[in-house]
Amino acid sequence: MSEAIVHQVFAGLATGGIYASLALALVMIYQATHLVNFAQGEMAMFCTYIGWSLLQTGLGYWPAFLLTVAVGFVLGVLIERIVIRPIERTSVLSVVVVFIGLLAILNSVAGWIFTYTIKPFPSPFPESLANPLMSPHELGSILVTLVMLALLYLFFRFTPLGLAMRAAAQNPESSRLVGIRVGWMLALGWGLASAIGAVAGMMVAPVVYLDPNMMGGILLYAFAAALLGGIDNPLGAVLGGFIMGVLENLLGAFVIGNDLKLAVALVLIVGVLLVRPSGLFGTVHVSRV
Amino acid sequence: MTPRALVGVVVLLAAAALLPFALSDYRVFQLTLVLVYATALLGLNMLTGYNGQISLGHGAFYAIGAYCAAILMDKWGVPYWATLPVAGAVCLLAGFLFGLPALRLEGLYLALATFALGISLPQLLKYHLIESWTGGVQGITILKPDPPALLTDAGLPLNPDRWLYFFTLAVTIVMFALARNLLRGRIGRAMVAIRDNPVAAQAMGVNNALYKSLTFGVSAMYTGVAGALGAIAVQFVAPDSFGIFLSLAFLIGIVVGGLASISGALYGALFIQFVPNVADSVSKAAPWAIFGILIIAFVYLMPAGVAGVVRLARARIMREESQSETGGAKQPGTPKEVVQ
Repeated sequence: MSEAIVHQVFAGLATGGIYASLALALVMIYQATHLVNFAQGEMAMFCTYIGWSLLQTGLGYWPAFLLTVAVGFVLGVLIERIVIRPIERTSVLSVVVVFIGLLAILNSVAGWIFTYTIKPFPSPFPESLANPLMSPHELGSILVTLVMLALLYLFFRFTPLGLAMRAAAQNPESSRLVGIRVGWMLALGWGLASAIGAVAGMMVAPVVYLDPNMMGGILLYAFAAALLGGIDNPLGAVLGGFIMGVLENLLGAFVIGNDLKLAVALVLIVGVLLVRPSGLFGTVHVSRV
Repeated sequence: MTPRALVGVVVLLAAAALLPFALSDYRVFQLTLVLVYATALLGLNMLTGYNGQISLGHGAFYAIGAYCAAILMDKWGVPYWATLPVAGAVCLLAGFLFGLPALRLEGLYLALATFALGISLPQLLKYHLIESWTGGVQGITILKPDPPALLTDAGLPLNPDRWLYFFTLAVTIVMFALARNLLRGRIGRAMVAIRDNPVAAQAMGVNNALYKSLTFGVSAMYTGVAGALGAIAVQFVAPDSFGIFLSLAFLIGIVVGGLASISGALYGALFIQFVPNVADSVSKAAPWAIFGILIIAFVYLMPAGVAGVVRLARARIMREESQSETGGAKQPGTPKEVVQ
């Protein structure tokens, strides 16, 4: 029994790593624009397809990986500049509707170009390793998530550009006065989020296989993870991702079975929003009436 | 209602009554679905358009209504017309209960919670403990109701499709009339006030919490009744026909039709029923690509939807008519035109 639990915990950490990286992408956009991007999952899926077609051309895995991340970044910047910017300051409803529109477009265009047949996606990590608890790919994707988190930390903490982006998110007016181009900072935030999403997509695709609808459930878990950890805290979101992964696996294996896993995310999302809307590590917001 | 509007309504009703005799059974079935979607969209529009609570999961209430009707007809042999009040009542309760936690969620977060509801519902419907009721992945097949013998004996050329169309039409008209009275009155004004400025509404004595959760309930009831009608028309319910894309289609319908507009529900229903049909001939993926592009275009260019365009066009015609009645003395543009 205890061995089974240990095994489930490790499997949970592996899926948690994927939730964590997508949650990280959600947090990036939330931090920059205070919006929750419903199209994040489809953006990641689309980038993964781009990675797949690059691999089909015979490119090695890591060059294709880097190129995909770069394309993801550009895609994110373009979406912010062209689609999101004009409606950023309008009502929440228009923003949500535009996100839904993006979701529909990316989903159907991916289906259109790459068809709906399920495709295998290679993993960069070696096939087998003498480790009974985790496959090399699982270990590798956790590692990738942690490296990404570390890079982001270094970027936001130690580079002038990172500082400018934080300033633009926190206080746009004052930032503009000291010469920061706030609009571009937001676009950069979107680009970063989209690039992170591309990484998440390429890490998840070997597990769930590549198809235009692969991100639906994963996005829901990423939402739950981001909310649980605090939607404005990158570290919290990553921790939330791992917690979600472990929780999902333990509950699925021992309590409720596999066919209610998405309901867990639903209950968690509503529960967190009701009981502690700022999440475990987020900042509590107070608004003046 | 002005005499002019009355004439319009009478013409519309006459057309609606005669149309099924001129069309093939399949077209009649499609029109029935338009009416079904119109009722569902009206429900969502009450919540999102009038009350400002965003729901990305209204497909869930549609599914609950559909399953209510299917289970009642399949397991207990309840006649089809009697399933509608039950489906409505169940969804009223479900919506009200979901509306209570929704009170604490604003804007994006409510969208998120309802999105989660919409995504997770198909899985809930497949849950093995309720499989004996819901039929699991296979779903439930139900029989199409025959027209009442009283009418066919009288020599009316009714077949099941036409009869179902008229039945749905009658229900839809009643639902629209009720919604109109609700939205144009004190309650409707309170709903809009909460949307526009919750604090001011509260200060004016509106019980925000009660109105918001009740709106959620009534909205779910409308969508649930539509779901029951839809199940009877399609003769089949299964978990995967109620995925997140159904909920998103509803949202797209109200945005395209016109937010906070009663007639908008009808335009939106025509849109989500017929645009995919046309686009399907291009590619399987085309309907949603078109949906996605159009909905973004509507947000940018026509935030008031088709209903808003119709309203503007009508205002322009009226203005030109009143000008020609006064002998054309006023040149267009000389009086300060009130352009929205």
